[in-house]
Amino acid sequence: MRFRGYVRSDGTVGSRNYVAVIPSVVCVNEVVEAITSRTIITRGIYHHQGCCQLPPDLARVTDSLIKLGQNPNVGAALVISLGCEGVDTDRLVAEIAATGRPVERVNVQEIGGTAKAIQAGMDLAQKLAVKISGQERQDVDLASAIIGIKCGASDATSGLASNVVIGYLADRIVEAGGTVIFGETTEFIGAEHILARRAKTPEVAAWIYEIVGRMEHRAKSMGVDMRSGQPTPGNIKGGLTTIEEKSLGAIVKSGTKAIEGVLEYTEVPSGPGLWIKDTPGREIEVLTAMSIAGAQAMLFSTGRGAPQGFPTAPVVKICGNPITYENMRGDMDVNAGLIIAGEKSIEELGEETLAHLLRVMSGEVTKSEAIRYTTSMDIYTLGPVI
Amino acid sequence: MHSERLTGLKVNDRDNVATLFCSARALCNVEIVDRQGRRMSVTLTNDIPYGHKIALTDIPKGEAIVKYGEQIGIATTGIRAGQHVHVHNVESTRGRGDWEEEAESR
Repeated sequence: MRFRGYVRSDGTVGSRNYVAVIPSVVCVNEVVEAITSRTIITRGIYHHQGCCQLPPDLARVTDSLIKLGQNPNVGAALVISLGCEGVDTDRLVAEIAATGRPVERVNVQEIGGTAKAIQAGMDLAQKLAVKISGQERQDVDLASAIIGIKCGASDATSGLASNVVIGYLADRIVEAGGTVIFGETTEFIGAEHILARRAKTPEVAAWIYEIVGRMEHRAKSMGVDMRSGQPTPGNIKGGLTTIEEKSLGAIVKSGTKAIEGVLEYTEVPSGPGLWIKDTPGREIEVLTAMSIAGAQAMLFSTGRGAPQGFPTAPVVKICGNPITYENMRGDMDVNAGLIIAGEKSIEELGEETLAHLLRVMSGEVTKSEAIRYTTSMDIYTLGPVI
Repeated sequence: MHSERLTGLKVNDRDNVATLFCSARALCNVEIVDRQGRRMSVTLTNDIPYGHKIALTDIPKGEAIVKYGEQIGIATTGIRAGQHVHVHNVESTRGRGDWEEEAESR
């Protein structure tokens, strides 16, 4: 199985070719928005971090932005700095440039304010866009694929239809020598013993229990029942009663292969196969985690209808609920509700969805890309804002 | 599962609940299929929304609710076969910060 991607000088392969416009702190998101709205193939890497946070979180945000700029879908980067942020902007620029990507920067305070920063940023974004836009796609093996998988706005169909389809694809991609990453540690609670049995080593199994323990401890820290935080009111309306039920359905999307290891939020997998990334359950932080890990595309399962994409990666929406699919056709790419309707088998729909993914990785746009519903992201931090 | 519209699914042989893929009214009979294609008919005691669960057997208070062959919660009251199984009669045993809070204040 093959797709047509952008082969980078570091050997990774992109499914898209963007100029990432990266705010080093939340305070310059507006500058990034102005630059990206007037230039093509530019994408804002929006977040709400980068200042007045404890040093481990500032390092985490810096590392996250570096990895987002090094993602295979990024051909060049423009870093927008305010000038007084806590993020290490010098390291951010240097580490993206070290991969051979062209990188430029603008400092809003030094250049003389917002309007001047927007003008300089547009000039640089234009230059970078022209520079990378001539790169052509090449035929590559699916083994180059790094796919992030996620479920969101789940209902009772998710664990029985759409996650089953993603699980089928996860197995096929791993068998082809590719890499698959899943997260949402909160949604392992009550199902961690099943994942631990699939761990490649006893150490990995212990690590799975460790991250679930950490997340559950966090969920209990305010002295309340986590229900309505997780499962969400929407999950509950959709028939999911407890976090255990949600988790047992959520892990179905990981398929059946052995779990190679557990990655911290800013880590990148060290080889192919199926990996866990320690993340919370919320969409915006999970999609970011997958992009940090180098994912060129994401498979996203939903029942109630989660519409969002991601700035630099196609997000293929696979809807398990046939009623939602009909109701939200403009947001959903694949109708896994056909399994429940009895019109397709898991294997039939799995093979069709795999072919769909390969087309998307070769350039076909997703529903969310076509309507530019692509700015949903943030970086998951641990400590307080101070 | 293929080639037939699902109305209700029992995921695992150990399960004491099934998920309905239709909205159904009280006193209706719904057909539940398991993974082996075996069928059973259950008479509903409540209106059931799409995607929600019903009890396949009587479940005493304090017993485990089982789906996917795994415990998904505990019955907070006695539940009769055919009854709606959801947040009003099931509680989770995980992420219960409220239980720790109560234990601390004792």
